[in-house]
Amino acid sequence: MDNMKQIVDRARVAFNSGRSRPLEFRMQQLKALERMVKEKEKEIAAAIQADLNKNEFNAFNHEIMGVLVEIALFLNKLPSWAAPQPVEKTLLTLTDEAYVHHEPLVVVLVIGAWNYPFVLLLQPLIGAIAAGNAVVVKPSEVSEHTANLIAEILPQYIDKELYPVVTGGVPETTELLKQRFDHILYTGNSLVGKIVMEAATKHLTPVTLELGGKSPCYIDKNCDIEIACRRIAWGKYMNCGQTCIAPDYILCDQAIQDKVVDVIGRTVKEFYGEDVKKSPDYERIVNKRHFKRLMGLLEGQKIAYGGEADEATCFIAPTVLTDVHPESRVMQEEIFGPLLPIVTIKNTDEAIQFINQREKPLALYVFSKDNKLVKRMIAETSSGGVTANDVIMHFTLPSLPFGGVGNSGMGAYHGRHSFETFSHRRSCLIKALKMEGVNKVRYPPSSQKKLDWAKFFLLKRFDKGKLGLIALAFLGVIAAVVIKVVFF
Amino acid sequence: MNPYTGRVSCLRASWLSGKTRTKEYRVSQLEALGRFLDEKKNVILDALAADLHKPAFEAELSEIALCSNEVNYAINNLYGWMKDEYVDKNLATQLDSAFIRKDPFGVVLIIGPWNYPLHLVLVPMVGAIAAGNCVIVKPSEISSCTEKLLAELLPTYLDQDCYAVVTGGPQETSQLLENKFDYIFFTGSPGVGKIIMEAAAKHVTPLTLELGGKNPCYVDNSCDLQNVANRLVWGRCFNAGQTCTAPDYVLCTIETQEKLIPPLRQAIMEFYGPKPKESPDFGRIINDKHFKRIRALLDSGRIALGGQTDECECYIAPTVLADVKPCEPVMQEEIFGPILPIVTIANVEEAINFINSRERPLALYAFSCNCKVVNQVLDSTSSGGFVGNDTMMQMTLITLPFGGIGYSGLGKYHGKFSFDTFSHHRACLLRSMGLEKLNYLRYPPYAHRSLGLLLSSLDIKRKGTCTLL
Repeated sequence: MDNMKQIVDRARVAFNSGRSRPLEFRMQQLKALERMVKEKEKEIAAAIQADLNKNEFNAFNHEIMGVLVEIALFLNKLPSWAAPQPVEKTLLTLTDEAYVHHEPLVVVLVIGAWNYPFVLLLQPLIGAIAAGNAVVVKPSEVSEHTANLIAEILPQYIDKELYPVVTGGVPETTELLKQRFDHILYTGNSLVGKIVMEAATKHLTPVTLELGGKSPCYIDKNCDIEIACRRIAWGKYMNCGQTCIAPDYILCDQAIQDKVVDVIGRTVKEFYGEDVKKSPDYERIVNKRHFKRLMGLLEGQKIAYGGEADEATCFIAPTVLTDVHPESRVMQEEIFGPLLPIVTIKNTDEAIQFINQREKPLALYVFSKDNKLVKRMIAETSSGGVTANDVIMHFTLPSLPFGGVGNSGMGAYHGRHSFETFSHRRSCLIKALKMEGVNKVRYPPSSQKKLDWAKFFLLKRFDKGKLGLIALAFLGVIAAVVIKVVFF
Repeated sequence: MNPYTGRVSCLRASWLSGKTRTKEYRVSQLEALGRFLDEKKNVILDALAADLHKPAFEAELSEIALCSNEVNYAINNLYGWMKDEYVDKNLATQLDSAFIRKDPFGVVLIIGPWNYPLHLVLVPMVGAIAAGNCVIVKPSEISSCTEKLLAELLPTYLDQDCYAVVTGGPQETSQLLENKFDYIFFTGSPGVGKIIMEAAAKHVTPLTLELGGKNPCYVDNSCDLQNVANRLVWGRCFNAGQTCTAPDYVLCTIETQEKLIPPLRQAIMEFYGPKPKESPDFGRIINDKHFKRIRALLDSGRIALGGQTDECECYIAPTVLADVKPCEPVMQEEIFGPILPIVTIANVEEAINFINSRERPLALYAFSCNCKVVNQVLDSTSSGGFVGNDTMMQMTLITLPFGGIGYSGLGKYHGKFSFDTFSHHRACLLRSMGLEKLNYLRYPPYAHRSLGLLLSSLDIKRKGTCTLL
């Protein structure tokens, strides 16, 4: 177990060498990562298939593509993101340099999840590398083929001391969490999220927690139910429901419940054929433990569609449950499987109340043709993110921050938000040793006149154009001379 | 039965009711805060004088003016800050509406320290109110007059449905922390910061910790030493040294040390006269416990200037300690008093190594006429903030983010950074029900469909910067 300390210490020493700081180095590492993803695409897809029974198309679509898009974005934008950002100044600081400088945090820990074992590890890694950090990468042991592959190929392409991969289960992760990091990004469930934050407390380490919860999906009566249900079925049953932002349950009026079931059923047949088990496009539950957990949630429920299961292959068919009671087990935990409960409510007010009585979800979905209703749902609830009239899609836009709120998480990443998450924004104010006359307004001994001048110089800000600035700088110099004469 | 659960629930209900949602409401509360600072100025100054013997000049500037500034800045900019921030879209979302919505978190807890008991509670509060949260404020019980003032007067200005002041000591604070908050903002020591973070972890509550540390101050050989001395003494002695961003110790060569002492003497003389104890512009240590703590630190190096103390008044004179060794008491903890130790080093590289072998500070200062040296220190170190050729001035620029790194803190605030700290940035994507045909690319079954198309889109990516999804 000394090993963990050695790995982290080595990463810190590698950072202290200074090599991860220059922009060129970071760009080069990102390019190497891109090469890795492209050259090892087949191996990556094969590992994901072995872990989740996911076919090559899905592996590419769900995971590999997201990583390539993120790298391309960073290669394009990193130079501008990393440049110092000047800020508006006060009169007293007018001739100074004032800016925010993005600096590395130093050693970052990224803990991945098993449901999208590649993208949920690589996307944060990209941001952390881009911000100049050393990064310890810990893939989930549950998706062991992907974990082993990453441990094998990452060091072949990027700096192995700066970006070590640590594999292992709970004991290894516990030991890793005892070490001191400068930021930890964890993706997984709330229970372990708490443990990670508690461990981070020992070293006052900031954390980003990408957790989960029950993402509600409200279907208004006034909407194209065919289209809505097709989109919902796609998002719910992809990866066999094992997606943190899958629509967890539906809220809708009793009057449309039957139609919803009907359309979802037809859509499932369209997607996966008559015998879902034979479809090459449908994944499996990751392991027996989760399979049993999900079967437990079915107890006592009205199965309106689906429900078939086969423990030997961890297969659970796309399933819809109707007239679900809000207090039943399936409504008490994040489902993370292909069971879609429908809870009936009378109207939008009740839906909003229902959502607000529960923990803030990672995602909120609302389907309606009425724009006002959509806006109202967003305004009167809280969630990590929202997609209206579709599901999942807000995840795919890197300009949107991806993260939770309340029990569903804290912090965010993707694109520039990753860069910000893994950087320290250092305030820099560079003055000259001259113009001491002006400084005298702030020194004792005090007087009312000095106070008034001090307030003026220190607090007045200017957003005029360049000409205005020159005029004001001139005014500042005059004022300095006046003060010097008046007071001294 | 937790004594604060009822209050927290009431505030949460107010937040859920949507009362704090509108810009008009938030502005009205901010304006009320502004009026409080204006109308009760004298009462505030009296409380600060009673707590810290705070000179009126310092109090007006650092506690009242800086707070009013934040209030006005927030009112002036709130509309822009609250607006949905539209973001770049990709090909698949071209026809959609994609923006970041700034949502309040809910119920925010702000725990303040005793050294700037008004500022360090009200400035975060401005951000929390502006972002639409309900707020519970817990001022420090050590600055008891200001605590009493806030508890009595703030509820007469602000809407009691949404904002509350809670008083008490460590026990009351622990009980308060057992409740679930949606954001916690703490200013104080790293030791207590850990306790706060532990409490926050139980509810997975995000937080900002504004802590402290030892802020190094490198003084180069090539310098106008009188100006350096003025700025050093001002920074060190403001509020009798009880400022988280005060220069904590000086690093310079032996030659510079000797040359620096006379200008330091002159600066102290000019600012506080021959008897600083009699100057109305010099503060006192907050209480007996801290007085004794700081007095014990005098047993380090040699007293080059000052060194006088008076226990009855909790007075410690502006003091400079020379030839201090790194192992001595004054170099083991954040001083938080008007003592400036000088540690000698051979050159700037040694100074940089000295700084880097310690915890990252809240602020770092470097003085040199040679801007290359200033930049060298900046580039080779890490700290919350950095000022070249002055001390503490980064606090006066509302456009700079204020916060620490490592043990000196996590998170940032001031100005817009406060608003951002207290808002949840919610990703929103509004799509239409139309153009469903385009979505078919993503639906199963895949076998006879678009792998080829998708792969050719990959080809486009290899050559240029076009991204399909």
